[in-house]
Amino acid sequence: MEMPTPNQTVLDRKHELVKRLLAVLPRDAVIDHESETRAYECDALSAYRCPPMAVVLPRSTEEISKVLKICHEMRVPVVPRGAGTSLSGGAFPTADSVIIGVARMNAVLETDYANRFIRVQSGRTNLSVTGAVEADGFFYAPDPSSQLACAIAGNIAMNSGGAHCLKYGVTSNNLMGLTLVTMQGEVIEFGGPHLDAEGLDLLGLICGSEGQLGIVTEATLRILPKPEGARPVLIGFDSNETAGACVADIVKAGILPVAIEFMDGPCIQATENYSSAGYPDCDALLIVEVEGSETEISEQLEKIINIAQRHKPVELRAAEDEDQAQRIWLGRKSAFGAMGQLNDYMCLDGTIPVTQLPYVLKRMNELSKEFGLDVGNVFHAGDGNLHPLILYDANKPGDLQTCEAFGAEILKLCVEVGGCLTGEHGVGIEKRDLMPIQFGPSDLEAQMQIKDVFDPLWLMNPAKVFPLESSAERRNATTLMAGSAR
Amino acid sequence: MTIFVPNSEDDISEIIKNASQSLTVIGGGTRGFVEPCDNVLKTNGLSGIIDYQPGALTMIAKAGTPLDEINSQLAKQGQKLPFEPADYRAMLGLGDRSTIGGVFAANISGPRRIQVGAARDFLLGVRFVDGRGEILKSGGSVMKNVTGYDLVKLLAGSHGTLGVMTQLAFKVLPVSENEATLVLRAVDDHNAIQILTTAMNSPFDVSGAAHIPAKGETYLRLEGFKKSVSYRTEKLVEYLKTSGAVHILEDQDSKTLWSDIRDVKSFANETLDIWRLSVKPTSAADIVSAVGFEKYQYDWSGGLIWGAIATNKNPRPALSEFGGHATCVKGSSSIPKFQPQTASVARLSNEIRKKFDPRGILNTGLMA
Repeated sequence: MEMPTPNQTVLDRKHELVKRLLAVLPRDAVIDHESETRAYECDALSAYRCPPMAVVLPRSTEEISKVLKICHEMRVPVVPRGAGTSLSGGAFPTADSVIIGVARMNAVLETDYANRFIRVQSGRTNLSVTGAVEADGFFYAPDPSSQLACAIAGNIAMNSGGAHCLKYGVTSNNLMGLTLVTMQGEVIEFGGPHLDAEGLDLLGLICGSEGQLGIVTEATLRILPKPEGARPVLIGFDSNETAGACVADIVKAGILPVAIEFMDGPCIQATENYSSAGYPDCDALLIVEVEGSETEISEQLEKIINIAQRHKPVELRAAEDEDQAQRIWLGRKSAFGAMGQLNDYMCLDGTIPVTQLPYVLKRMNELSKEFGLDVGNVFHAGDGNLHPLILYDANKPGDLQTCEAFGAEILKLCVEVGGCLTGEHGVGIEKRDLMPIQFGPSDLEAQMQIKDVFDPLWLMNPAKVFPLESSAERRNATTLMAGSAR
Repeated sequence: MTIFVPNSEDDISEIIKNASQSLTVIGGGTRGFVEPCDNVLKTNGLSGIIDYQPGALTMIAKAGTPLDEINSQLAKQGQKLPFEPADYRAMLGLGDRSTIGGVFAANISGPRRIQVGAARDFLLGVRFVDGRGEILKSGGSVMKNVTGYDLVKLLAGSHGTLGVMTQLAFKVLPVSENEATLVLRAVDDHNAIQILTTAMNSPFDVSGAAHIPAKGETYLRLEGFKKSVSYRTEKLVEYLKTSGAVHILEDQDSKTLWSDIRDVKSFANETLDIWRLSVKPTSAADIVSAVGFEKYQYDWSGGLIWGAIATNKNPRPALSEFGGHATCVKGSSSIPKFQPQTASVARLSNEIRKKFDPRGILNTGLMA
């Protein structure tokens, strides 16, 4: 993975930049010492590290606007950062960039149950949005695995999903409005407590634009009344094929579970060794969760169990109470940790049509042998969003490169069968150079011209999403200008 | 008038590249937004379902495929378009057949929008030819996809002003086994909206919440498996602590009621101008009295107001203090059809439009 060479002209002006930032921000909101900027050298894609030139932690939309005006004037690239939990390097800095973190902006601005929305500052964590409304029986639906830590700003940037989006949709389906500060420092409102756009759907466009169009400082989010209850059933199979067929049958039967999670053999074993969740020894495992009242849950579980029996499961275990439900989820929730205990891993995020599940898993195992690296799968089967975890040893020379090459092959496979490179983690730097697998040059050009409109100088999170050579001309034009702006 | 009916993306690209003046882009022409100019590009020539995977809940179809054909193919597998696209033909006095491309280009949703989302939330991928004749694609055919910018959302509701959609991939859902509607009597509009928003705050998964003042009736729809619907119906009545008369419509009676609400049947043959307002639900009743609609109905628990008013009366000034937006769906006045945007948003929208259609030839001026 390559990043552009830092712009020396920008680096040379660090002192002047910091002075100007301090003129608009309190001392504690500007981090410029090398010992402290190091804390921001990576996000959750920790294989790559590079401390930024400076970090600012503003407390308001106005402060962010002031910072952006300065950076824009001085032609300094900026990298927006929520909580730094991106798995694709969305918040990965360059040495000549200023990180603008929204972590200190975490207030609830307005809660309106009658109209079912909450308005928050974007640094608020995903789980604490639900925390603010759950005593009154409401919740915020998108639930990425990192929900305890991840910020709404990052959720919007990556259009995050989660296990329960099979029923409730991803961030863009639950986002009603936002406040955006553009690279020029302009503050713009989109959407609000009403539904749908009055013109072009710019709200939908900004969601998932990976912090390249502006910095989101406030968001109006849909909140929903909590269901009466929820319960999972665990179903074990002796092959991925059978489990895949069972998923398709459940979906076709008109049952809409809130989640259908899938774990393959390697992942089941690792998880069982790590968390002792009591999972059966089998090759594929489904966790299907349904919601509603007791009667409704029983009715749906009965239908699911009937379908599962037709596929001759090796294990079938419906949770009878909350304790059993938690045990079923325990293994799934500790799967990433379990794999991490075996070795370093890279987590992929391709999505495939559900009907292609058995083929893709079979082919992935063949590739695993070819590359000589183990892979475990734990993913959202209901919507085909895979999470292959490739194990490698970061200390072994060449292993990361082999892992990346293996990952690229898996993602190519996803696209070949009609899927995509990323279902919920975003492109970032991780999948940037794979974009031509899914898009032609004119498709990428069409996307880049959107960035031209919002950020004509390509200063905001510039070296992400698009292959470096595709965006080179645009980025270099500004680098040259930074030289002449002196 | 020249009418083009191309049957391939390449033909569309050629027509656009060669166009020296504005082109009206039209699907079935059943939404009343575009008025044909001298050159009309109809998408009917691109018709047919390309792929349907009931087990994956996805369908891919060419843009000009008639909506009724899509619906009947889905029905055979016990599935549906979840966002319940409305049929405006009776209201607008228009004939012809709606196309799936038109449904997404106009982002047309029905009563279930408050429960499951809008048309735009179900559009997974799109192929289109932009105003330069470039054949482009965005999204895919899978339910979760964050690869690159979401041009799919941008195209949904763009009314053909960024490009001509040629192929669409969308998500579908199973048809509910059963449905029932609670019919309540509210004392006035404010009371009705309060009942609707209270019901939407319940855990009983209400899939329709409307009020028809002319009939003095308030409606709440529940859908799902039979046992579950009867359980929730009972619970919802308790939850609302309603003193007014409650009766329940079942099966076909409930279906007919909601298709009438969806299609705004009470506005059929209306001679007044027809407006569609998207607002914060709890402001709805105040907005209606501020505007002074002669006829109106509420859907989306108050968030959607359909109103009829004399030509040249503009509801937007009255709306401005409440927020939300108003679209003129039928009218002959010179008032712009779409709500004017704030200066910053309008600038961004126009610049985006210029990138995709630098000559400004696709449905010129419709959204500007």
